[in-house]
Amino acid sequence: MQNELHTVHLTINGKQFERDVEPRTLLSDFLRHEIGLTGTHVGCEHGVCGACTILYDGQPVRSCLMLAVQASGHAISTVEGLSANLKELHPLQQAFWESHGLQCGFCTPGFLMTLVPFLETNPNPSENQIRAAISGNLCRCTGYQNIVKAIQSAAERMQAKVA
Amino acid sequence: MKPAPFEYLAPDSLEEAVSLAAQHGDHAKLLAGGQSLIPAMNFRVVQPAMLIDLNRVTELRYIRQNEGGALAIGSMTTQHELEIDGQVPDRVPLLFEALPHIAHPQIRNRGTLGGSLVHADPAAELPVIALACGARLKARSREGERWIEIGSFFQGMFMTDLAPEEILVEVVFPPMPPGTGWSFMEASRRRGDYAMMGVAVLLRLDGEGVCASARLVYLNAGDGPVDAHEAAASLIGSKPTAAAFEEAADIASQKEIDPFGNIHATVDFQRHLAHVLTRRALEQASGRAQRARAN
Ligand SMILES: Cc1cc2nc3c(=O)[nH]c(=O)nc-3n(C[C@H](O)[C@H](O)[C@H](O)COP(=O)(O)OP(=O)(O)OC[C@H]3O[C@@H](n4cnc5c(N)ncnc54)[C@H](O)[C@@H]3O)c2cc1C
Ligand code: FES
Ligand code: FES
Repeated sequence: MQNELHTVHLTINGKQFERDVEPRTLLSDFLRHEIGLTGTHVGCEHGVCGACTILYDGQPVRSCLMLAVQASGHAISTVEGLSANLKELHPLQQAFWESHGLQCGFCTPGFLMTLVPFLETNPNPSENQIRAAISGNLCRCTGYQNIVKAIQSAAERMQAKVA
Repeated sequence: MKPAPFEYLAPDSLEEAVSLAAQHGDHAKLLAGGQSLIPAMNFRVVQPAMLIDLNRVTELRYIRQNEGGALAIGSMTTQHELEIDGQVPDRVPLLFEALPHIAHPQIRNRGTLGGSLVHADPAAELPVIALACGARLKARSREGERWIEIGSFFQGMFMTDLAPEEILVEVVFPPMPPGTGWSFMEASRRRGDYAMMGVAVLLRLDGEGVCASARLVYLNAGDGPVDAHEAAASLIGSKPTAAAFEEAADIASQKEIDPFGNIHATVDFQRHLAHVLTRRALEQASGRAQRARAN
């Protein structure tokens, strides 16, 4: 009974998927191992580092603290869905690149997936709001300064686009 | 795969959830936001044979005003939903003030009010707020409904009065009496971390500006939320002066709390923090009470 498979139907980056999973499969492992979307990184697997952040029905959540079975009927976005190809990055990705918002890049997908909805609801954030927004994402390389700069620059760029 | 194997059930009504909980009792764990339960399962500290997922029980997700101005909140309401709700800042400002201190935005998107209360972590914010506000809790089981006063709900570290087959369904926050000021303050090493010390204060001033009632509840200060009765009583009948606040802070920080200390803070430092936070929170609460009276 405990290893019984459950069929899940879900949408990932706009595409429909159907898979059979064991209940204990974490959503993070499901995305990486079953779907092959390895952009969602796994650091701590207990909710602390934020590397595994994805959008679940549009909201950033820890994919290591959800089960794949729970996601049946829901919509997920991962970092792979942010840009169609390497030439047209999402403005946030472009800004991270230009402002040196990353070094090893391990934490980056989690930061990006946290920030996409944040900038939608806070198009013109203060530094304090930015720091609160990224408080749940750890970066071992950058010291955060350039991440904050990248976010400020992305916000400006996205505002200019709207105007 | 991190967690040990388990059976998974996802009822889509409360009736169904209640009957599954009755059937499986001790054997099963209820899954709310999973922000405490799943980490524990990933570490295999907890290995339930079965999970009953409450996330499809949408009837447990609501925030509504009762007659009399109390706010009734379904147990599966997320901490984020409370943060963005229009009624919470007016009705339960103490709760509103504490919410941003709970973990991080991504965790508040999943973590629920009910899950945090039942988890009963002495370092958590919501049990302290519920106790300070005198919330009432409604539990459901196959036997029917049961109301629990918050004062008898917490039974020590990670323990509550709920039986394994009971489901917490609703939390009712009574209206704040007129003339009440509030404050929530905590100190943590980094934003979003569990706090080293924290305090929730409610302070009511009468027409003369004399303190008519007071409540001081501490987090990470014992084996559950710590209600500092004696410190609160010391304030009753006195004017809200710095000397009165100092005395209350002395009593609470030296006599009433019983912090354990950890790698982030020694016991002495926790007592020091309690003293400073108590004074500041009382000052803020009394300022707000004075403004509430003036309006
Ligand atoms: C990195 C990190 C940092 C955190 N920091 C903080 C913090 O600073 N402050 C803080 O307060 N919390 C913090 N948390 C915990 C978080 O707030 C959780 O949301 C909360 O403790 C549990 O709520 P949940 O809905 O996720 O419950 P779950 O994890 O799903 O459940 C917790 C327990 O309650 C039981 N339960 C849940 N709902 C019910 C119900 N309706 N009836 C009966 N039993 C039920 C479950 O069976 C389980 O035993 C943190 C978590 C993480 C991962
Ligand atoms: S891997 Fe999920 S938060 Fe660290
Ligand atoms: S860039 Fe290396 S962890 Fe953030």
